Amino acid sequence: MKTFGGKVLFLDRSDINTDEIIPAKYLTEISKEALKPHMLEDLKLEGFDPRDPELQEARVIVTRANFGCGSSREHAPWVFEINDINVVIASGFARIFRQNMFNCGMLAIELAEGAIDRLFAHRGANASLSVDFKNSRIEIKSDKGSEGFDYSVSGFDKALVEAGGWVEFADAKY
Amino acid sequence: MAMTLSEKIFASHLRDEPFPGTKVLSLDAVLCHEITTPIAINDLVARGKDRVFDPSKIKVVIDHVTPAKDTKTALQGKILRDWSRRQGIRDFFDIGRNGVCHALFPEQGFIRPGYTVIMGDSHTCTHGAFGAFAAGVGTTDLEVGILKGVCAFREPRTIRVNVTGKVPEGVFAKDIILRIIRDLTVKGATDCVVEFHGDVVKGLSMEGRMTLCNMAIEAGGTSGVCMPDEVTVDYLWPFISGGYKDRKAALADFRKWWSDEGCAYVKVVDIDVSNLAPQVTYGYKPDEVKDVAELAGTVVDQVYIGSCTNGRIEDLRVAASFVKGRKIADTVRGIVSPATPKVFREADEEGLLKIFMDAGFCVTNPTCGACLGMSNGVLAPGEVCASTTNRNFNGRMGKGGMVHLMSPATAAVTAIEGRITDPREFAKGGRS
Ligand code: SF4
Repeated sequence: MKTFGGKVLFLDRSDINTDEIIPAKYLTEISKEALKPHMLEDLKLEGFDPRDPELQEARVIVTRANFGCGSSREHAPWVFEINDINVVIASGFARIFRQNMFNCGMLAIELAEGAIDRLFAHRGANASLSVDFKNSRIEIKSDKGSEGFDYSVSGFDKALVEAGGWVEFADAKY
Repeated sequence: MAMTLSEKIFASHLRDEPFPGTKVLSLDAVLCHEITTPIAINDLVARGKDRVFDPSKIKVVIDHVTPAKDTKTALQGKILRDWSRRQGIRDFFDIGRNGVCHALFPEQGFIRPGYTVIMGDSHTCTHGAFGAFAAGVGTTDLEVGILKGVCAFREPRTIRVNVTGKVPEGVFAKDIILRIIRDLTVKGATDCVVEFHGDVVKGLSMEGRMTLCNMAIEAGGTSGVCMPDEVTVDYLWPFISGGYKDRKAALADFRKWWSDEGCAYVKVVDIDVSNLAPQVTYGYKPDEVKDVAELAGTVVDQVYIGSCTNGRIEDLRVAASFVKGRKIADTVRGIVSPATPKVFREADEEGLLKIFMDAGFCVTNPTCGACLGMSNGVLAPGEVCASTTNRNFNGRMGKGGMVHLMSPATAAVTAIEGRITDPREFAKGGRS
């Protein structure tokens, strides 16, 4: 199983699409490593700089609604994975992106908007987030204090993470 | 129990339910292109599992960048080509026979009512126009599909959209779907199948229905779907005539997939198109849509007619009917990409290519190219493109570029005027 948790990158916008996460021109790469420097390169978000060195330290993304919409490219979870970001927490995901995350053994956690707002309250205060996968619970810690939230993922998605991904799961079963 | 079309397909293809709510379906078609498949192939090879579940159910095309533009794209094509040969995949479409996947595969008769179809491409929803459950997936789902012939889904809920009224002059399937997305928003159909019903949909050709279903994903939909009817039978007849006594028998068979009276919909949307104006996007999301009048006059640098949304013969006919005998503005670069070799050939035989070229358009080979900003018409920063494609995302057709989505008719008159123009005014001859 992958390791989950660490410093949080807050992306305060809904409908962030996979073209913004990894532009189409890099889809000619056939290795995940080559994607590494291009994470979120075309993200349209005020104040966001894809070259910010802090991005390197992020291990968790917290964002808004409909994250990962648009193209089906699995390069989007891959570019996170290769940058050691294995968790995205949002108030909603596009279907294909969400499935791609679990298929890669990564976590796409959906929380209610109110809970997302409370996570965002820790922005700018050295927030880091830990994931208790077994008990489906996350905890955020920052200079402003700490707070815990229960989440739920389907039995299938949980099994995919435990198996290490869909290829492993399907290969053992079908 | 009354069931929707997709519930029927799920029930008939159910292979396993490993957890409540997760359905593993057996697949009738696994479609592949050179952008998302090579990594799946390499991974299978690395795992020592370089096999395919059934070479006759795998269809392969090189379409996104073709002819190859550099070493990397050449390598992607090569991986796909070598693999197709190695695995005995007969339906492999290489240069000379290749075209945009979602236009080419239906044209070859590969998609049938009741089928389960996946592809590593979000616009796989296009194939729902035939009454199939067709969903875009990522590379891992594709990889398992190739190896095992299965894919896991949560059973989708269904949104019913009834399209009624009389379609006005100058208004087309593209305007209808843009209007629907404007209402549903980019996430309104997430985890749902969008079923298109109503007299307007019944009156559409397969091409028009594909345009509708193509953009279901832009509202977040898993698939778009139309009920397979006479139009579907006629389109597929050359491929299915051996299997049925006559067209009536085929229709009776197709009907079994129709959503039942009284089936469960999560939402019903009624849209009367009688007063619908041509629709154009203005922002970086496909639900940022306005009536053309509100954007009229916006100066454009490039006009692109093509893609899996609007690169079929019907689209080129409509565009050519406006372009005929006219010249595009000298401030505009006009590009037409017929979606498949068959479309290209028909457009040539019907004199459409000549019309476009006489007007000053460049006609390219069938390819995705400019649609995703990879080749054949990438925008420079600050440039504006009027496009018949399906995505206006930031940077989609080139970093810093702006894309306005519209119908082929609106794109054609926009090319002539050099700025966004209402095709209804144009048809009246007001400007020419
Ligand atoms: S034409 Fe555009 S949207 Fe369609 S498959 Fe090609 S790249 Fe994707």
